[in-house]
This record gives sequence, C-alpha cells and structure tokens, in this order.
Amino acid sequence: MQISDVLIPVGIFAALGVLFGVLLAVASKVFAVKVDERIPAVLENLPGANCGGCGYSGCSALAEAIVKGEASPNACNGCSAAGLRKIGEIMGMEVADPVPLHAQVKCSGNCHTAVFKYRYEGARDCIAAERMGGGDKVCANGCIGLGTCVAACKYDAIRVVDGLAVVDTAKCIGCGACANLCPKHLIAMIPAKSKYDVLCRSVENGATTRRQCAVGCISCRICEKNCPAGAVTVNNFVASIDQNKCTGCGICAEKCPRKIIKRID
Amino acid sequence: MNFGNILLMMFSAILVENFIFAKFYGCCPFLGVSEKPDTALGMGMAVTFVMTVSGAVTWVVYECLLVPFGLEYLQTVAFILVIAALVQFIEMFLRKFIPALYNALGIYLPLITTNCAVLSAALLAVQKSYSFIEAVCFGFSAALGFTLAITVFAGVRSRMQNADPPRAFKGFPLTLITAGLLAMAFSCFSGVKL
Repeated sequence: MQISDVLIPVGIFAALGVLFGVLLAVASKVFAVKVDERIPAVLENLPGANCGGCGYSGCSALAEAIVKGEASPNACNGCSAAGLRKIGEIMGMEVADPVPLHAQVKCSGNCHTAVFKYRYEGARDCIAAERMGGGDKVCANGCIGLGTCVAACKYDAIRVVDGLAVVDTAKCIGCGACANLCPKHLIAMIPAKSKYDVLCRSVENGATTRRQCAVGCISCRICEKNCPAGAVTVNNFVASIDQNKCTGCGICAEKCPRKIIKRID
Repeated sequence: MNFGNILLMMFSAILVENFIFAKFYGCCPFLGVSEKPDTALGMGMAVTFVMTVSGAVTWVVYECLLVPFGLEYLQTVAFILVIAALVQFIEMFLRKFIPALYNALGIYLPLITTNCAVLSAALLAVQKSYSFIEAVCFGFSAALGFTLAITVFAGVRSRMQNADPPRAFKGFPLTLITAGLLAMAFSCFSGVKL
C-alpha cells in the first residue's frame, strides 16, 4: 500500500466537497427569493416557543400562514395581548383581546386512588402505554401519568405528581400543546378565570366508576341539583361545568360526595 | 441495449421489482407519508424528480471520477454526498424558478436526502453497469414504482380511517398488515418472465 492510495481519495473527496459547497453557496445567492417582510415582523411578536399549539409546525410556519391569510392573526394562544395587537397592526386588522386559557387535566385518579390492572414497564410515554390495552389504569379515561404532556410543555407548566399530571396555572399560557398530544384527550383548555372544574372524565356508569377509582364521577347529580346558576350538567355519566355560566360560588365543590369538583385557580 | 429492452427494464422496475414491495427500499416515507393520497402523491412526485436527476448525476460521478481513479469502493459515500448536495440545489432552484412545484412538494423535498430508495437506485444502476440513458430511465421508472406503491397504499389507508377495527389492531398494527397484504398482491408480478 502506498501513501497515494490514501491521498488520492481524500483529495478527490475534499475537492468534491469544496465544489458542492461553493456551488450551493453560489446557488443560494443566485436563487435567493425575496421573502415577504411582514413574515419576520409577525414572527417577532409570536412567543417563539414553537409549541405547535396552533396546529402549525412552529412559530415561523404560523407567521407565514398569518401573512398569507390562511391563519387568523390571533391564532396563537400563547401570545401576549400586546403581541396580538402588534400582529394586527402589521396585518392591518383589528384583533379582539384574547380570552386567556389554561390547560386543565380532567382526572383526579393518582396512584393511590385509581385501580390498576397491570404493571406497565414499557417506554415512559403515554402514547406508547395507551397502545398496551389503553394504559395501566382500569379506568379507560384516566390519566396515564407518564408525562407525554410534560415533555410537550415548553413553559414547564405541567408535571406529574403521584402518577397524575397537574397543571401549574401560574405558568400555563394556554398554548394547547399538551392537549393536542394527550392520548386520552384528558386535557381541556378552559378560560383562565375559571374557579371550579370537575376533575374526572369517566363515562362509565356510577357503579363501574366506583369499582375503577376512588375519586371518579359517579353521576349522582347532586352538583347539578344544587348549582344556583344552572352551570353544572351531568351528561354521559360525567358532570361538567359551563364556565360561562359559573359564578364561582363553590356549592358544587362542597356538595360533591367524591370531592372531585375542585377549586383550580 | 435497444429501445425495447429499455422499456422492458422500466416495466420490470415499476412492477416486478417494485422498490417498496419487492425490494423493501424506502419503507420509511412509505409508512410515514401515506396518510392522505394527496401528500403521498406529492412525496412520490418529489422522489421521482430527485431520483431521475440523481440517476444522471451519480452515473457521471461514478464513470468520470471514481472509475478512472480506481475508487469504486467509495461509491456509497460519494453518492450520498452527491444526492444531498443535489437535493439542496434542486430545492433552491425550484424555489426560484418553479415556485408552484416547490410549494406542491413542500417539506418532502429535503426529506428525500435520507430516502434510501434514491441511494439504492444509484447503486443498483452502477451494479448492473447500465449506460447513461439506462441509468436515467431506471431511476425514473423505479421512482414511478415507488409513487404507485405509496399512492395506492395511501388510498387504502384513507379508506381504513372510517373502519372500526379491534383495539389491538388500531393504528399502526393495521397499517403494517395492510402493507404486507399489498406486498403480497404485488408479488404476483414476480411470475412475469422478462
């Protein structure tokens, strides 16, 4: 073996690499495309977390969609009111002040209260666990608690406590990224001013729920009967609160025999 | 090889030796980008475009650069380099001159850099010592076979979304079973004696 056996291939590949590099550099100048200057302007006013809560792949994709007119200027839930107004100015539109939202995990069944059907030892990911017969809890609607939502949150606003995801409402900006990923669709985006919420989404009848979880909604309708504002309804064996009607009196939370209507602010 | 033989070779590359169903190249985009027929067709078009051009360029690089210096053993590295640079170049070119096509192909174009079907088309053309015309035709027809496979599969998958299979089969398992059944259907072409 001679030294040229090594040098020639190295030389050729270096030359090839330089050639392609120069070619691409020249091409990027020659083929440069003018970008609409409103796109970077809109992008500057978006939060830049690339959370994907808007349904686009990131903030720059949303900025492009807004400028093209495909997305509405207030499509970003995570944007501050001032930011939204600025985007409105750039696009020449009036933007109504946003209703701030935050995420709420509609489950109370942690590792002490829920009943488990098997011990899960697979990948630490709810979507993977969901495929194993719908997760390790007997309740088909319960939080799997492996933290897929935690990984999705760019704001460190959600964490798993005792096998149950809990939202830190002070940090949550309501982008909805966690809600999009949750395989149980357990995370609801509710108005940030909400005072009480039902932390259960079990659609089984009362007797079945009672067997599955110590803190599941048994659809006893006590909350519905006692709500003075008519905001609580029980449908499909689970109570829900209409946050637009709720006055925040807290009677439902007091009367709930299972203590699953909780103060959340 | 005359014109008739080239046609025969193309027919074989599309159906008999289909890249996905007979050779199992490019399974990643086949499973990943086949949820809707539209996007599958977009991906197929992008692959066809890149595979045809890369068939020509890699042939030139191999015959004019690697063979004279006796570097055939470096073909894989060289082809990856060429394909990656080519895809970048094509992307910029399309963006400037054919924006309609650029938007239609969208994000699939850069994804092709890592599509093994493109690389294997280039490698196979060299292995079978095709001429320049044959190499280009082979790249084009193999990509057509890929497009056919992914579009048919996407059509089946979009129909399947309305179905309510048993829970254990829902989603990816059923997708893989469907892919297997389609591959079996395509295996009947292997009876064609060319």
